[in-house]
Amino acid sequence: MTAIHHGTTSASAVRATGLVKTFDVKGAAPFRAVDGIDLEVRPGEIFGVLGPNGAGKTTMLKMLATLLTIDGGQAEIFGVDVRREPHRIRQLVGVTGQYASVDENLTGTENLVLFARLLGQPTAQARRTAADLLGRFGLEEAADRQIKSFSGGMRRRLDLAASLISRPPLIFLDEPTTGLDPRTRGQMWDTIRELVAQGSTILLTTQYLDEADQLADRIAVIDRGVKVAEGTPEELKQSVGSSTLHLRVADREQTAQAAAIVERVLGEAPVLTPEAGGFTIALTDANRTADVLIALRQGEVDITTAAVRQPTLDEVFLTLTGHHAEADQTHEEVA
Amino acid sequence: MTTLLPDTPTAVPLAASPDRVLAARPSLRDTVNQSFAMAWRATKKMRRNPEQFFDVTLQPVLFTAMFAYIFGGAISGSVADYLPLIIPGILAQTALTASMATGTQMREDMDKGVFDRFKSLPIARIAPLVGPMLADLIRYGTAATITIAVGLAMGYRPGGGVLGVAAGWALTIIAGWSLSWIFCWLGTVARSAQAVQGIGMMIMFPLTFLSNAFVPMDTLPGWLEAFVKVNPVSHVVTAVRDLMNAGDLTGQVGWALLGCAVVVAIFAPLAVRNYARKM
Repeated sequence: MTAIHHGTTSASAVRATGLVKTFDVKGAAPFRAVDGIDLEVRPGEIFGVLGPNGAGKTTMLKMLATLLTIDGGQAEIFGVDVRREPHRIRQLVGVTGQYASVDENLTGTENLVLFARLLGQPTAQARRTAADLLGRFGLEEAADRQIKSFSGGMRRRLDLAASLISRPPLIFLDEPTTGLDPRTRGQMWDTIRELVAQGSTILLTTQYLDEADQLADRIAVIDRGVKVAEGTPEELKQSVGSSTLHLRVADREQTAQAAAIVERVLGEAPVLTPEAGGFTIALTDANRTADVLIALRQGEVDITTAAVRQPTLDEVFLTLTGHHAEADQTHEEVA
Repeated sequence: MTTLLPDTPTAVPLAASPDRVLAARPSLRDTVNQSFAMAWRATKKMRRNPEQFFDVTLQPVLFTAMFAYIFGGAISGSVADYLPLIIPGILAQTALTASMATGTQMREDMDKGVFDRFKSLPIARIAPLVGPMLADLIRYGTAATITIAVGLAMGYRPGGGVLGVAAGWALTIIAGWSLSWIFCWLGTVARSAQAVQGIGMMIMFPLTFLSNAFVPMDTLPGWLEAFVKVNPVSHVVTAVRDLMNAGDLTGQVGWALLGCAVVVAIFAPLAVRNYARKM
């Protein structure tokens, strides 16, 4: 067995340039699921890849994890070439997929023992590893139950535990909280933060802006296989204003009039929403809401709804790409 | 959730440094260990789904009794005279059916989420295929044992003695394992488990019935006899007959083993290549 010392701490955790993945489509031009994406993840950070369903997030992650061939471009993980040395890459990366990849027929313990044995641990050590991880993830009571009987949250936790057996320096999390209830989601976020505190680097995909906001140090926004923006969560949100005012006028005929008043007050044209008589206005300062509402009252425009919200993924998308994200949205009503 | 932070100062952090020694490829020892870990997984599954054993327990009983009583008088004059002919035939047939099931189940397994994890782990690509096939040796062994036991109960008195019967039993298992590589390869190319089963049937029926498993070869028309002679199943059946009925280590045994080796040499690399590529 040849073994070489690989990677230096100064190398990027992930460095990808011009990544391309094409899928053949019957009777049509090949579909470019990932169309020339550059990515740089620094060691020790949480990097979020944000985008709607079908944007190419999972495809990109799978290429970096050696689960899909790279059709174009270059990728390195801790200085190791992904295409040329897949076996080395698999030793550096732990992958937790969108759908829990654990064995339904085995118990929690058996699953972890199996993966630990596959990773080269002797049976006795594999048992200790399994017990330790089940303890850390609060799954002791489920140790001897088959995965079939696990809840969605427990499956995700076990899946994440399985990814950590080899203590990989880089962890890929593909939509770690999609489909989880809010409480379990919060627990997952805590777990991810603790992983980073212990020295992991994390590349995660999500369709939720608030998740990227909560966790990521930096975010890349992906749409239709192309990176449309990159920056810290703050930078991204500033591109659509710090908050958004949603208004709906009572009389649809007055929509244009109301829009004109808003533009006069804020100096910026509002964006009409798909619902009749509604529009959204990006605010740099939430306090300007009052000015808008007073101006509307003075202009004798009746409104049915007025709400100030954090920008949603859809709005970030609308601003960045000019089209709506076809994804579930989670947003908090603040006013 | 309980905290992941180490409770005691001795707890190992969850992330190792990237500056560690990385193997370029799995060693032979790793590959063997990984294959056995996969086989362990397969035996756990067997224990939880005992219905997987129907084809290797009920089928040999049913087929041995049915074929012996129906065809015995017509082909050999009596059931007792037919048994030395039919028992090796049924052995080959059950081995083939069982190896088809290996391929079908493997295909089913590959569609499961856990295979995504297997692919992402630094393990030999052959391990997820070899593991279940090693575990299935238990199934082939069960099928062969039950067939022979039913034969003995019906009055089969093999002339090869204990040693000859044991050798025939072993050859059946070897043949089943070797042939299962064909179905395993089929599993890596077919789109679904049903497809594997469908195509498998089309391979299995001509191979078993167009052989000397159930009838003496010289009763067949010439063109059919020509095919039956080259059919590898015929060689296995003849070899098992030689071993069990006469205790002879004939050239047929050599041919049968060579045939098995050729099947493995062709289909094992094909299956592994396809599986590794599919990701």
